[in-house]
Amino acid sequence: MSSQYHDPANVTNPEHSEHHIIGPGTYILVYVSLLILTGLTVAAAFVDLGILNPVLAVGIACVKGTVVILFFMHVFYQSKLIKLTVTAGFFTFLVLITMTLSDYMSRAWGLW
Amino acid sequence: MDNAIVATHDTHVEEHHVELPQLRHHFETEEQQREAGTFGMWLFLLTEIMFFGGLFFAYLLYRNWYNPAFVAASNQLSIPLGTVNTAVLISSGFFMALGVWAAEVRKKSLLVLFLILTNIAGLAFLGVKAVEYKEKWDKHHIPGAHFDITEFVNPPLNPKTGKPVEEPLSPDMAQKTQLFFVLYFAMTGMHALHMVIGIVLLFWLTYRANRGEFTEGYVAPIENFGLYWHFVDIVWIFLFPLLYLINRHPGT
Repeated sequence: MSSQYHDPANVTNPEHSEHHIIGPGTYILVYVSLLILTGLTVAAAFVDLGILNPVLAVGIACVKGTVVILFFMHVFYQSKLIKLTVTAGFFTFLVLITMTLSDYMSRAWGLW
Repeated sequence: MDNAIVATHDTHVEEHHVELPQLRHHFETEEQQREAGTFGMWLFLLTEIMFFGGLFFAYLLYRNWYNPAFVAASNQLSIPLGTVNTAVLISSGFFMALGVWAAEVRKKSLLVLFLILTNIAGLAFLGVKAVEYKEKWDKHHIPGAHFDITEFVNPPLNPKTGKPVEEPLSPDMAQKTQLFFVLYFAMTGMHALHMVIGIVLLFWLTYRANRGEFTEGYVAPIENFGLYWHFVDIVWIFLFPLLYLINRHPGT
């Protein structure tokens, strides 16, 4: 039925038509926080946290990447379609990593 | 009710077709065209995630298999150079984001300025990268027939303590440092290739921006290039801790 609607101005989906302009203030905030997180990740590498060292390093990188995606790449202000596309991409990537790694880890189980 | 909506918005659309020369005829509204473009750009970036993802997976696996070799080889990289380069690249992304803003608020000279600053920071990043590559070349740390494992089997002594600066590796484990450098050159090299492509595109976009093409309401090329440039930033955000900061002798 929905194909019969002719709705070019997105009356039924008003989020499509919004065009949010992000101002320099937000960008400066994001920029400074990215620089602080870079300093933090270098400093953390020199502290002995055992197994938590790589976890923290990747965790900080994930936070930085998310901030870049949400604000520098405007995903925070995009439609649900774009948000779903981006999320689906990263989710698929995680599935591939997890399943390939579990194969490598378990391939020799029971063979020795 | 539905028919009423059709009638109202059809006329609305016709007006838009006349007003906006940059709106392609197969899109109903400018917003629809804009979202279709963003959607397409993100689909391309998803293929890029998968492409770099393969390299990241290889890294993950070999780092687990040959951890001592990865630790020793990673400590060959310069943290100051890597940190500076991270800051330079984040600055480049910051200028790019400001460029998108300048295009959206139709400030031509600001847009051109920010594109040039983006480009300068990108070129500076590649310059530092070249210095780092040169050092690897001089130390025979490029994987292949001329790879030199001496420094990993017999690490230099620390003049203060008289102990080796690095845990000495057995010769076969020392050979595995080549795997680290293969991944180092493959990942940073692929990243650098993306930056070279981006810099070429930036020269072209700066030329077009200077002619005023993106400050009359049509900002899609600037926006979509911005997405590409930020994606390249994100790849580096992950490469930096994974390659440079594996194990920096915490506590010693």
